Amino acid sequence: MEQKTVVLGVLGVDAHVVGNKIMEYSLRQEGFNVVNLGIFVTQEEFIKAAIETNADAILVGSLCGHGELDCKGFREKCVEAGKGDIHLVAGGRLVVGRQDWKGVEERFLKMGFNRVYPPDTSPKVVMEDLNKDLGIKDNE
Amino acid sequence: MSKTSNQGLFIDFGSTFTKLVLIDFDSERVIGRTQSPSTVDTDITVGLNSVLDEISKQQGKNIQYRHKLACSSAAGGLKMVTIGLVPELTAEAAKRAALGAGSKVVGVYSYQLTKRELYELEAMAPDIVLLAGGTDGGDKETILHNAAILSKSGLSVPFIVAGNKTASDEIQTILDSGSKDYIIADNVMPEIGVLNVDEVRSIIREVFISRIIDAKGLKNAEQFIDGILMPTPTAVLTAAKLISEGTTDEEGLGELVMVDIGGATTDIHSVAKGDAIKPGVVYKGLPEPFVKRTVEGDLGLRYNAASILQAAGKERIEAQLAGLDLDKMVGQFPLFPEKLPESESEENLDTEMAKNAARLAMERHAGTIETTYGPEGPIFVQYGKDLRGTKTVIGTGGPLIFNRVPEGILQETVYSEANPFSLKPQSPDFYLDEKYLLYAIGLMSEVDPDKALRVAKKYLRRL
Repeated sequence: MEQKTVVLGVLGVDAHVVGNKIMEYSLRQEGFNVVNLGIFVTQEEFIKAAIETNADAILVGSLCGHGELDCKGFREKCVEAGKGDIHLVAGGRLVVGRQDWKGVEERFLKMGFNRVYPPDTSPKVVMEDLNKDLGIKDNE
Repeated sequence: MSKTSNQGLFIDFGSTFTKLVLIDFDSERVIGRTQSPSTVDTDITVGLNSVLDEISKQQGKNIQYRHKLACSSAAGGLKMVTIGLVPELTAEAAKRAALGAGSKVVGVYSYQLTKRELYELEAMAPDIVLLAGGTDGGDKETILHNAAILSKSGLSVPFIVAGNKTASDEIQTILDSGSKDYIIADNVMPEIGVLNVDEVRSIIREVFISRIIDAKGLKNAEQFIDGILMPTPTAVLTAAKLISEGTTDEEGLGELVMVDIGGATTDIHSVAKGDAIKPGVVYKGLPEPFVKRTVEGDLGLRYNAASILQAAGKERIEAQLAGLDLDKMVGQFPLFPEKLPESESEENLDTEMAKNAARLAMERHAGTIETTYGPEGPIFVQYGKDLRGTKTVIGTGGPLIFNRVPEGILQETVYSEANPFSLKPQSPDFYLDEKYLLYAIGLMSEVDPDKALRVAKKYLRRL
């Protein structure tokens, strides 16, 4: 099975690095080729790295609460860059306050994200979804 | 009878002058120097023999010099076109590899080449084309497309392929089908955030020696000398590295910056890691090469004087020079590139232009720092090299060497509170290459680095 490449990073003015490291570790363990851009990553940097590495998915972390604003236009920029069909995932602490998760998820899906995860999601869930979404078959 | 002396002749075939320096290896002194107009367009050996005759006259006939080594920036220098995928990633990495190999980068292309770009590229008549694109295992489509376009083109120059490793077999087939001359090298950017330019740099130098010298009609010179070893900027870069790092037996000056102000460009070399000097700084962008060279094609004191005015802002220069007709004076510069300032006002203008060229070139070379505010307070983001800790700045190039106040010009390369975001050296010592020796030091280090370093330290004048 061909190894899948995913671009990982924390979007915007956001220095929360711990979850990013945990995700990187989990993804590598799972057999993904991980391009981790670290913290303070702009949308453009995600997309440029995805082009250069011919990535299959972009995993956007956002923990500062500005996720909704920071993620706006992400899909449109991918389309413009010729990566329109790339798998887009967002997770972390995307919004502030006690908002109804259903509504948040809907807004992100509408923005063109394929998967959106609420706070405290286990990396295991993300891996399982990724394997399914990227068509990675379980050989066991 | 002729005797062999323990001396080295070091020659620079420049675009305007063929320069020669004679260094005695025993006393470690410069014992002769001369220059003569270059004759590369007709027969390189005419200018060469003229400097050789002149030095023989100075030294007495029939001396066989132990070493006769040369570098060259004649016939347009080593012109390269670099091609990558994303402008900020592989295209930038390829450009840095080429600049670090002493070449003159005449064109940088990214994404899939169009026919129009290909015509433009062919018209630039590069000596070497460097083709990159894609990290290892990453995008193949673009580099394969570009290889196909280049393979069908009329270009008959060497290609260096330093892109996605997994595309290299196919690229080989494509370039073979067009009977192209090529070398496959390691990827300049094997993964995001990793710059790998050393192999490409040494291949560029090999190609220069094995093919370019001949192609440029410089080969004839080699019947009189041992060889043309490298492009002149590489010789200067080699000297910078030697002076910085030293040898096992001879201590260097440590991390340094070299400022080379010329008639056509202003070059900055830094031999420095440039890591953040404060904790808690987040680094962004491509990693920086330890030995970094940048070339500012719009900051030459003669051929591009008008663009210095533009880049620096005319008002800024006018403010220093009351009552001069700047446009008229600057307009004259490219017509008489060899002319030295005669009146006091011409001298002041030259100084002011050199100051601005030095300042702008250094600001483009040095890294920058930005402050952004997050929920937990200020966050510092650094791009490029932090050179604030660099303690040595060496100046070279005619406009600096012949200026009466070189330290005033070099002062412009220093960190200033007026622009605290530019990470220039904070309180460096200044040195001047007043004997125009750096290229010779670079060449000499190929045969005896210890002696070359001691000669450099002896002749660099501390300002």
